[in-house]
Amino acid sequence: MNQMTALEKDVDTNEIKINASNVQVFYGESHAIKDVNVQIEDKTVTAFIGPSGCGKSTFLRCLNRMNDTIDICRVEGEILLDGENIYDKKVDPVQLRAKVGMVFQKPNPFPKSIYDNVAYGPRIHGLAKNKADLDEIVERALRRGAIWNEVKDRLHAPGTGLSGGQQQRLCIARAVATEPEVLLMDEPCSALDPIATAQVEELIDELKQNYSVVIVTHSMQQAARVSQKTAFFHLGNLVEFGETGQIFTNPVDPRTESYITGRIG
Amino acid sequence: MTDITNLPGNAAEPRKHGSLLEKDARTARRNAAEKRFQVYGMVAIGIGLLMLVILVVNIFSQGLGAFQQTFVTLEVQLDESKLDKNGNRNLEEIKKVSTFGYAPLIQQAFEAKVAADGIETALPGKAMADILSKSAAAQLRDFVIANPDEIGKTVEFRFLANSRVDGYLKGRVTRESIVNDKNVTAEQLDFVDALKEDGVLAKTFNMSFITGADASDQRPEDAGMGVSMLGSLFMMLVVLILSLPIGVAASIYLEEFAAKNWLTDIIEVNISNLAAVPSIVFGILGLAVFINYMHLPMSAPLVGGLVLTLMTLPTIIISTRASLKAVPPSIRDAALGVGASKMQAVFHHVLPLAAPGILTGTIIGLAQALGETAPLLLIGMVGFIASNAPDSIASGLLSPNSAMPAQIYEWAKRADPAFYERAWGGIIILLLFLITMNTVAVILRRRFERRW
Repeated sequence: MNQMTALEKDVDTNEIKINASNVQVFYGESHAIKDVNVQIEDKTVTAFIGPSGCGKSTFLRCLNRMNDTIDICRVEGEILLDGENIYDKKVDPVQLRAKVGMVFQKPNPFPKSIYDNVAYGPRIHGLAKNKADLDEIVERALRRGAIWNEVKDRLHAPGTGLSGGQQQRLCIARAVATEPEVLLMDEPCSALDPIATAQVEELIDELKQNYSVVIVTHSMQQAARVSQKTAFFHLGNLVEFGETGQIFTNPVDPRTESYITGRIG
Repeated sequence: MTDITNLPGNAAEPRKHGSLLEKDARTARRNAAEKRFQVYGMVAIGIGLLMLVILVVNIFSQGLGAFQQTFVTLEVQLDESKLDKNGNRNLEEIKKVSTFGYAPLIQQAFEAKVAADGIETALPGKAMADILSKSAAAQLRDFVIANPDEIGKTVEFRFLANSRVDGYLKGRVTRESIVNDKNVTAEQLDFVDALKEDGVLAKTFNMSFITGADASDQRPEDAGMGVSMLGSLFMMLVVLILSLPIGVAASIYLEEFAAKNWLTDIIEVNISNLAAVPSIVFGILGLAVFINYMHLPMSAPLVGGLVLTLMTLPTIIISTRASLKAVPPSIRDAALGVGASKMQAVFHHVLPLAAPGILTGTIIGLAQALGETAPLLLIGMVGFIASNAPDSIASGLLSPNSAMPAQIYEWAKRADPAFYERAWGGIIILLLFLITMNTVAVILRRRFERRW
């Protein structure tokens, strides 16, 4: 996908899914995210780019409160999902994470069968009334994960026995099985070879029809290929946020330009 | 963007390396040091293996004798006029005849055998019967009380020979060593030789060493490990039932749920320290709390199990926490990422993956507890002679008993060398148990271990 198509697709403006304002994240004393404001649109792929340690993964993990598992991590500011503050005291992070799914950097299938990997989420959320229902959900998720054809004959083989790219697509299938509204992807292709990367990118492009996808990536080419919006993080600051085409062709901030032309990072 | 020309060291002439075919002094020194280190290692392991071989050979050469015992096979005529004078087979009347009443029957049996097989001996019947264990008359009496119908008939019995005779056959007792011994005479040994020749007396496998109860100081030939094995079994049951759930629950809470603050740090440090507390300290704790304060019965496997639970808990908690820590965090992330709660993540994913490690730790902890003697000293499980196996689970837990290591300790400190042999035999049994448990632990680990 080139930049032109990315620009074209943004002509129809989507509604705002996530609105983050003045988000600050602290790890103990260190100030990891400084005053970030970002609007993430529905049915859009938003890419977070930036050098290592710039806070893009940290910010991503704020969006489904995965940072809650880190004791010393403290989040300030406001993140609204469909107008509701996800850091409100009344919000149960478990419920939030069913709505905001996540795919991790390293493929991390459960050491169980392929079927059980995908069925786990629907099971704990009670999405299937019976076995046939569950079978259908699993098949649909695996199809959406673009891995159905490869695994349909061995659904009960262990998920850990798949290749790296297949494992990652299985993890994506597992994430979409719970029917989230937002899909967060933390460098989903960093452990994959180019062919598997291409498959996952193709998949992301399809997923955007149903979900709001947020992807953290180290590869600027990947951000340019898959995303419509791009945010550039540097040293905990959100330096620039805008249309992907504009960020890569005509960045406003000199730091963005330095990064995408390879002078910093 | 490093500037390579500014790096120190590059300013001077580039270093010139010599031929690769000959070693420079530094490399030779380094290789020699490595060789030396390997030799130290091999020597250390060699010494360890040598000690192990000596230990095993020693234990087996000294202890295997305990599994064999000398038996005398005799046909005893159960004389009605002596055992049941009135002839009405009334059990109460039969029970009135004490073991002293049975002794003459054994003497008669010996005399009859000597006469029948033409064995030459000048010994009187009493001295002949004395080569048997003091348990022989009791064995006869128990049989008659159990089978009153056999009175009047002639029945074949296998009696234990006494420990001197047994020792004579095993080479422990010699004609020189009995010069000052009042328990056995040279004439009796001649008689034993003759009986052996005749096939009446023989050394065979002794099942009752494995199944039987301990015996008094005068009857080492009759002592067995069985009842103390049951004592150990009941203790291990208590340890398993208490320490596994408590230990695993405590570790899961500490590892997965507890906030990391000074309080949990203190608890953590103390658990590690508890694992290093001498076991006798747990013994005195058990004495103070379970017996003096809670008034649980002395010498009971329940109390032993409670004390050993206290001792095993740190081991189980430490190994469980280690195996929980070994589960990659990506699995927790994966579970939380699809919307599992913390508890679901732990119980559905982390715990099953940590299970082999937990089981291994538990079995190792149990094996440690099985071999523990010191705390049992203080709660009175040493030196108690349980003559009967417990008849129910409740009595198994509450009635006084001993335990395998305590039984071994008890035998080892008795004067008669025949008990010494049994102590070694007991150690063989204990070691077999420990080896079995450790093997199970290894198999479980191999079987269920997952590799990522």
